[in-house]
Amino acid sequence: MTIKTKKPGSVEKKLVGLADLVIQAAERSKDPTLQIPIRALSNVSFNERKGMIEMGDKKQARSFFNVGMAKKFMQTMLVADALAELQRAELTTSLREIYYRTKHTIRDSHENTFDTQDESDPIIEDLEVSLAALREELHVRAENAGSIVGPVVFGDDGDRVDCSKLGKGGYSVPSIVEPEYLEIRRCTADFVLLVEKGTQWNRLSEDKFWRRYNCILLTGNGQPPRGVRRLARRLHEEQRLPIYVLVDNDPWGYYIYSVVKQGSINLAFESQRMAIPKAKFIGLSSADPERYGLPRNVGIKLNDKDVARAKELMNYQWFKKPAWQAEIKRMLASGLKYELDALANKDFQYLTKQYLPRKLRERDWLD
Amino acid sequence: MTRKRESVTAVSQSASDPAARRKSSSSPVERVTAVEMGARQREISVSEFFTKNRHLLGFDNPRKALLTCVKEAVDNALDACEEAGILPDVTVRLEVVPIDGTTPPASQATRFRVTVTDNGPGIVRQQIPRIFAKLLYGSKFHRLRMSRGQQGIGISAAGMYAQLTTGKPVRIISRTGPRAAAHFFEVQIDTKKNEPLVHESKQIEWDQLRGTQVALEIEGRYQKGRASVDEWLEQTSIANPHAKLTYYTPEGEIKEYVRAYHELPPSPREIKPHPYGIEFGMFLKMLQETKSHTVAGFLASDFCRVSPQSAEQMCREAKVSPQMKPRDLKGAVAETLYRTIQNTKLMAPPTNCLSPIGEKAILSGLYKQIKGEFYTAVTRPPAVYRGNPFVIEAGLAYGRRPEEHDTTAKPAVPKAEGEQVEDDVELARVIRYANRVPLLYQQSACATFKAVLGLSWKNYGVAQSRGALPAGPMVIFVHMASVWVPFTSESKEAIADYDEIHKEITLALRECGRRLGLYLRRRERAASEYRRRNIFELYIEEVVEACSRLKGGKVPKEKLKKQLQHIALSRTGGTKTDEVLGKTGEGPEGLPHSIIVTEDGVESKTAGASEAGETVKVDESSPGAAKRAARIRRGATV
Repeated sequence: MTIKTKKPGSVEKKLVGLADLVIQAAERSKDPTLQIPIRALSNVSFNERKGMIEMGDKKQARSFFNVGMAKKFMQTMLVADALAELQRAELTTSLREIYYRTKHTIRDSHENTFDTQDESDPIIEDLEVSLAALREELHVRAENAGSIVGPVVFGDDGDRVDCSKLGKGGYSVPSIVEPEYLEIRRCTADFVLLVEKGTQWNRLSEDKFWRRYNCILLTGNGQPPRGVRRLARRLHEEQRLPIYVLVDNDPWGYYIYSVVKQGSINLAFESQRMAIPKAKFIGLSSADPERYGLPRNVGIKLNDKDVARAKELMNYQWFKKPAWQAEIKRMLASGLKYELDALANKDFQYLTKQYLPRKLRERDWLD
Repeated sequence: MTRKRESVTAVSQSASDPAARRKSSSSPVERVTAVEMGARQREISVSEFFTKNRHLLGFDNPRKALLTCVKEAVDNALDACEEAGILPDVTVRLEVVPIDGTTPPASQATRFRVTVTDNGPGIVRQQIPRIFAKLLYGSKFHRLRMSRGQQGIGISAAGMYAQLTTGKPVRIISRTGPRAAAHFFEVQIDTKKNEPLVHESKQIEWDQLRGTQVALEIEGRYQKGRASVDEWLEQTSIANPHAKLTYYTPEGEIKEYVRAYHELPPSPREIKPHPYGIEFGMFLKMLQETKSHTVAGFLASDFCRVSPQSAEQMCREAKVSPQMKPRDLKGAVAETLYRTIQNTKLMAPPTNCLSPIGEKAILSGLYKQIKGEFYTAVTRPPAVYRGNPFVIEAGLAYGRRPEEHDTTAKPAVPKAEGEQVEDDVELARVIRYANRVPLLYQQSACATFKAVLGLSWKNYGVAQSRGALPAGPMVIFVHMASVWVPFTSESKEAIADYDEIHKEITLALRECGRRLGLYLRRRERAASEYRRRNIFELYIEEVVEACSRLKGGKVPKEKLKKQLQHIALSRTGGTKTDEVLGKTGEGPEGLPHSIIVTEDGVESKTAGASEAGETVKVDESSPGAAKRAARIRRGATV
């Protein structure tokens, strides 16, 4: 695998900078301290003009000589070292491999540098934000957790991938889809439909929905991974395709839509590369059960967590639009959530033959 | 409803009731006349009673029976030695008795021979049969004086149990001194008459110059662990560090519990009853039996803490002539006098009848038998319940010996994901004593146990779940010394929960807990400082390595490490931590009547003691303490 970086060595330089910071602090008998931007709701703001979440400039100090932070500091240095190693060797790897690479037992003790991957993952995110380097630039990739099918042709490692000729399985979206790695050679689709669940994506693909409506079907199997989001953004930006998001009718579905549209709170700094402010919410809306005659018995009662999450969403600035407030309030009032799968109650092909055609015909979506 | 039920129970007496008649016609009831019944009524001897109710004396099951036999014999031996002013040297030997020529292994055996030998004063020839083969015969019941035995049932009940289960008589050898002859007896009880039957009585040659040996052959079961003979002897040696115990186990081992304390406990005095502790019936009986000629004289001479003046005053108050003959005082008048006495303010009974173990002795006992890192002991001032003086003593042994950490610590095995170091949630062990005798059964019914549960150990830095014993490597020692320990049953297993006793136990435990808390907090503080620095020291290595690799190996590693270590030292307690931890050679601060064991040795200082106390060498043959120079420095008594 050959890897080219935009500015060769720039990421590596940033990583080595961490070592310099420690050496300089030690030289001056100071406590080595890293400044890490805070990745939380308290440090993001919604840019209405751009329509995306932006990260603020609040930072958290991570010092070595603080009992509570010492271990994290040490772990940060270990991860930085592993990432620098990747840069030098020009390799990409997964989060889990980073965890294994950096895990060892500290000399003369029972203590491990990392006990679970849950400890190393956030450190990689910390480094992404504090070094302002993208995960792809750090040569860390995620699982290929997305699929695409439709009238689009990619160039991947010199291979031509025609997504209209890949049967019903489609093309597995790689985690790194930057132009250097994945090239969009041709695209004749009219729009992109981003589906939350693999089941519905399979249904649509099997029914060749994309051929009939000349669209690209994309799924991320739940919360879409970076590759899928970035690819949708590129199709939107480079091919001027509108993006429609089809998710379950529950607070988590709403949030998936909002992540696609405005970016996530956790990785707000990547919004500018990922967010698609013009993405539309096509369904499942809380108004749909009535409009499409879904019986009440295919709904699921909202549990306490759902209700709390929904109320939280209503307070996010990017959900303040009246239509959205009404949408969420309607769900809370009904006390029910609906899965996309519930549409099968009427007919196995109801989604392909009735629901989506009518939605598109009526231009029934939320912004 | 209730009436009907009564009539049914009264069937045999009244046949006039229709319901009863119906019943009697279906199953004819044999009529018995009062004369016939009278012919069947006869006296029951104590021996017969206890033969049938042997569980009352601690012979419920074979395992417990074995323990009870050992216990009764050892109690008698220790009591006798102490009363005679001899440092006790007691040997207990358990042997498996072969059945049909084969000797089963100890864990399978059902018959045992229990032999207990002491170096006590011996017993005069004439008394031997009655002491060992007559229930309720003894020297300890009729006097108010602290001793292990109380009723004179114990050893003869053990003999009776032997007789009942194996049919073998009790064999006794006793010699009162080097010039006296040793007597050998074989005795049994005539259970009907509660009188001894002497099977054999002769003079023999005995290699021991003085002392008594009792041998019983009984049905029993030997099992180690909780409430076993082994545990009982171990606990006995904790509370009786002045005694030397040698134990030949049925498995052929020899266990020695060495003498850790070379002073006999002060001999307790006999006292007269205190008026507060006497019930009215007893008072009447004493009036009949007194040798005094006047009521005032009776009060002043037969009770403690009643002076002639106060005796006269009480009589006047109760409108009783002080010159009246005690035998003539009866009925309502006697009751008025009794009440007056109960309402008069009297001094608490004298406490020289008690012989507490003492803080020093408890400490050496605990230190000898229990491997801990912190020991403390408290002897409360005497208190009174129902007119009986008593003293509560409590002790604590906490933690594990430092050297144990080393032997149990495995080499650092790297931990896989999901693996964790398992914390052992061991609960504290309560060891209970009454007049120096360990109590092994019915723990939860005992006042001491209730007091331990009732204390909030969390205040002292020890974890405790709701309604449970405190958690941690800890042994809690509680001793009640009294002229009359109120047991909940004849088998002497649990101390009754009188308010006064409960309160005293709580106070003693609280003081122990407070000292433990101080020790733990001090240790914790030092350890956390140490841990802080340790954390940095551990991580510095990692950070330096990572930096060096990041810089492509172009870092002066040693220099960076030194610089970081220097920052670490200045940011944590620095050298102060070493001091608190006792690393610079100075021992941890002592607490009153406590021993602290560290890796460097044993520290025991008595707070405020200016003069250097005697140095007592703690036995070094006991396992674990062998190699270390284990010395207890004792301060002056406070």
